[in-house]
Amino acid sequence: MRAIADLDDHEGSVSLNGVEQKNITAHEWRQRVALLSAETCWWLDTVGEHFQQFSEEDAGLLGFKNNVANWQVSRLSSGEKQRLGLLRLLENEPDVLLLDEPTANLDYKNTLEFEKFVTKYVDERPACAIWVSHDIDQLKRISQQQYEIKNGNLYSEQAEV
Amino acid sequence: MFIKLTTFDLSLAAVLVVLLGVLSAYMKLGISRQLYVAAIRTTIQLLLIGLVLKTIFETTQPIFIMLVCMVMISVAGWEILSRQKRKLKGWWGFGVSTGSLFVSSFLITLLCLFTVIQADPWYHPQYAVPLLGMLLGNTMTGIALGMDRLTQTAWQQRPVIEQRLMLGESSDQAISDIRSDAMRAGMIPIINSMAAAGLVSLPGMMTGQILAGAEPVEAVKYQILIMFMISAGTGFGVISVLWLISKRLFDDRERLCFKRLLKQSAD
Repeated sequence: MRAIADLDDHEGSVSLNGVEQKNITAHEWRQRVALLSAETCWWLDTVGEHFQQFSEEDAGLLGFKNNVANWQVSRLSSGEKQRLGLLRLLENEPDVLLLDEPTANLDYKNTLEFEKFVTKYVDERPACAIWVSHDIDQLKRISQQQYEIKNGNLYSEQAEV
Repeated sequence: MFIKLTTFDLSLAAVLVVLLGVLSAYMKLGISRQLYVAAIRTTIQLLLIGLVLKTIFETTQPIFIMLVCMVMISVAGWEILSRQKRKLKGWWGFGVSTGSLFVSSFLITLLCLFTVIQADPWYHPQYAVPLLGMLLGNTMTGIALGMDRLTQTAWQQRPVIEQRLMLGESSDQAISDIRSDAMRAGMIPIINSMAAAGLVSLPGMMTGQILAGAEPVEAVKYQILIMFMISAGTGFGVISVLWLISKRLFDDRERLCFKRLLKQSAD
């Protein structure tokens, strides 16, 4: 995942809509191919400062009540960080979403909302998402194509949509 | 009137330094060894230079003066490097610090000698050497502080930098906050001394000139000149160091590249 976002040194080549990774600057690539890591990081005081334009409406879809933008970052739970991290990442309107166990810290209700939000974004943009998960049921809910890594080999199987 | 210092006077001051070292060792602050080494060095170095300073001031051999200046700059560059907890690997560390001292102190000293002081000859050691010395001594502090702050903070805030990269920021943006923080750290000493000059502190050079019988206004003018040159030198020096190091901290694909830093060193 980090290699696809060009954050780790890697072999092989990746391209998006015919544009090869190494032919555009790394930050342009990362704006289009966005990685949501398992732990998001917040470095300013309040949530809103990390956004260009905070959308209360989108936050509402992810189960947040009003005024999230003014919340202190230090008081966010890891689940809240994860959901807000998704919102922040989508501001760049990426074409590809790389999600690394994004719902590991979320309860069932929030997980469903998170899935719905990502699916909606992917359908409307349109974009695609690569979603790493250990939860078979989740993969059944969200994916069109599943791959499994077993002993370092990649296996493909069609999901029952 | 000139009050001579006795060995006893100096020992009294030395006892204070020793006490500080003991206290620091007791509190495990880890500065004692460095403090003692620096104290012994200052004693020996000043004694030696005191003996030869007159000879240096009397020569007018350009090559000899150039040599003296080069030694001063290299030593200052080396000292900057020695104050760093995480240095750049290889010649980069020494190159960056010495190079920036060259820009900040050497070029500014030259500029000042040619345009402002206009001694005859322009490289007259009585002006060139102390001027360069004062500039180096001060910019060295600023550069060492700014550099240390940059690499240390970048190291500690690795997750933040990576997160900002993931959000599609350029390496320049991702480290911009840390860089301005380091700039501030490097500039605080000279901004402090400019703000406090005359009210809190009486700069040594000016005071010395006045006590030696110079016209106060003339001495003050010299001091202002020095202050401006030091602040410009420190500023340019810190900026060039921060620019070079923050470039060096990322590879060509805007990824953090900490393998270019040496492991933490204690001294």
